[in-house]
Amino acid sequence: MIPPEPAGPMKTTREQQTPKPVEQAPCSQFSRRNALGKLGASLVGVFAAAAARTAKAAVQQLLVSSSAPKGYDPTKHSWRMAVDANKCIGCGLCAEACKKENHVPEGPYYRTWIERYIITRPKAGSGEARGEVLVDCPNGGMHGFPEPPVAKEDILHSFFVPKLCNLCEHSPCVQVCPVGATFDAPDGAVLIDPKYCIGCGFCIQACPYGCRFLSPVTKTAEKCTLCYHRITRGLKPACVEICPAEARVFGDLKNPAPNDPLQAFYENNRVQALKPHLGTEPRVLYAGIDKEVR
Amino acid sequence: MTNEITNIVVEVMPRFEGYVYPNEATFQPLWSVLIVLYPYITGLVAGAFIMASLVRVFRVHVLEPVYRLSLLTAFAFLLCAPLPLLFHLGHPERCLEVMMTPHLTSPMAIFGFVYAWYLMAVLLLELWFDYRHDFVLWSNTTPGFKGLLYRLFTVGVTDTSAPALALDHKIGHILSVVGIPSAFLLHGYVGFIFGSVKANPLWGNVLMPIIFIMSAMVSGIALCVLNYMVLTWIRRRVVDMKCLDTMCMVLFYALVVDTAIEGLDWIHRIYSAEEGFQVIQYMAREKLFYTLSVGQVCLGTLVPLMLLGLLQLARRRVPELWRRRMCFSSALLIMIGVLAMRWNVVIGGQTFSKSLRGVMTYKMEFAGLEGWYMAALLLSLPFAILTIMIKLFLSEKLPSAEGPPATGRG
Repeated sequence: MIPPEPAGPMKTTREQQTPKPVEQAPCSQFSRRNALGKLGASLVGVFAAAAARTAKAAVQQLLVSSSAPKGYDPTKHSWRMAVDANKCIGCGLCAEACKKENHVPEGPYYRTWIERYIITRPKAGSGEARGEVLVDCPNGGMHGFPEPPVAKEDILHSFFVPKLCNLCEHSPCVQVCPVGATFDAPDGAVLIDPKYCIGCGFCIQACPYGCRFLSPVTKTAEKCTLCYHRITRGLKPACVEICPAEARVFGDLKNPAPNDPLQAFYENNRVQALKPHLGTEPRVLYAGIDKEVR
Repeated sequence: MTNEITNIVVEVMPRFEGYVYPNEATFQPLWSVLIVLYPYITGLVAGAFIMASLVRVFRVHVLEPVYRLSLLTAFAFLLCAPLPLLFHLGHPERCLEVMMTPHLTSPMAIFGFVYAWYLMAVLLLELWFDYRHDFVLWSNTTPGFKGLLYRLFTVGVTDTSAPALALDHKIGHILSVVGIPSAFLLHGYVGFIFGSVKANPLWGNVLMPIIFIMSAMVSGIALCVLNYMVLTWIRRRVVDMKCLDTMCMVLFYALVVDTAIEGLDWIHRIYSAEEGFQVIQYMAREKLFYTLSVGQVCLGTLVPLMLLGLLQLARRRVPELWRRRMCFSSALLIMIGVLAMRWNVVIGGQTFSKSLRGVMTYKMEFAGLEGWYMAALLLSLPFAILTIMIKLFLSEKLPSAEGPPATGRG
């Protein structure tokens, strides 16, 4: 059977110059060039649409997705939190204030919490420098702590460590978010856009510090925002405001106040970050913690 | 763990031992059984595709009876691969944002594109070019609704001239060649989703993508063996022993490489004994004993290695019936072993605290979105789709464009 002549427009110039035998003429409906061209165009279309939406999202990130008031310029601030564990008395007011201020759901969901570390004395003749390490955090430390589970004379060291989002310079949570719902604000806060988060939980897995949770109410990831709605209006975060021992220190590195407590903290202490080997470069720095704190 | 650890939380919630971060003390792990199924199903796709590529690209013609079956298996499972992930999302209605506004540093976002590429640009096209001639033939010979379906599948392209068929074949071959790295990429990326989590000492591992690729190949080939044997049994046909022996040979060598790489991973973990090793060691001994030591290592790896190894050494001395039985049981055990491996990675990685001071217990619920029923349903769904596809595209009643109907080639 002789196939029909190819349609006029599909005939290429080269084919016109060197006509092939009729048996080898391209099939009537498709040419490879045509098909590949269409495939390529649709792929370019898909990628172009994705790129355009990415650009739009990037703009949205900067301009829309936060609880800051209108007119707030994030590039003119550099918020920092520091924790002086030497001062923490474990009262739990910070954890409680955070729950109330940010409407954190009831149950095992905390934007900030307090851990108690008890390092016991080694048994006589054991050859150890220190004894057991006991860590607890009942209800996030919200209602204080019960009596230590060991006798007082057996305790070598005991201290409290307030925990919160470490506001990492290289945040693994931001890196892994598939839609860019969690992002680094230019003022040092790491925020989540709840209207954008798809609730996959990847950021929660990626956070080495256990600072994120999937809210059972909104079904999106949540974490400490440094009380972004407060700090962008000139207030302190709720936990800092309520801390009776001034263990939590907060400030703006770009606009230091006179006798700034944050500057004093950096001057007076040698500081540590949590899990520094992971390279996340936490911006929240600690004074007075121990090697056992992770 | 050198230090004995206690936690007052233990008194309230007995599902925890030691200290876990308060946000980790939830009823069940964040990624539960659905996320176990996600890499499992994706792996089966990649493995089944590699099986088909052996015929098309590497010209192992003895595997011709399972070529189309493997392709259809890959397609049926690929359609279901993102479902567990989708059902697990807090906001599934926002899922398309992963494609529309992707965050390019996220392995999960890139997986969306790799998945779309593999489904739309590789597997679907390869199937269509492979079946196009048959669709034209069947649309002319089959009456009724089925005939209409075949006519729809031709997409109006009814040219069956020799050059057109040659073009089909050529494009199919190119797609197969492109498909092999794509299949590796697809499942390598799934491995990278876990391997990229440096916060988790069990997951954060450079070998993770390679381990996932190899275990995917093993499980996918095992699935093809099972599908082929079950299909021939249902159709009361004779198993092509040359084909089965070759499949088992491929399966054996893939399993050897997979075991070597996973062994290397554990040797490295034990030798370097980095931070978190003690808790991983505890998990392997206590919490994951049945799924790791019994399920993955003994039943899923060592027994099939011995059975398949024996078949390689003394194939001629083993009677056909016993060869079939050994192949079938090895494939089934491998499928179970790889499922156990996915469980160990996903659930194992979440049943210890990132404080490295405590462990959690996971008890799977029966009903509910993350329970046994849902998992069973999601795992049966690709088999149901495959059954429909076999009825439509591998039916023995249909005339074949390339010779008499065979079990695997329609």
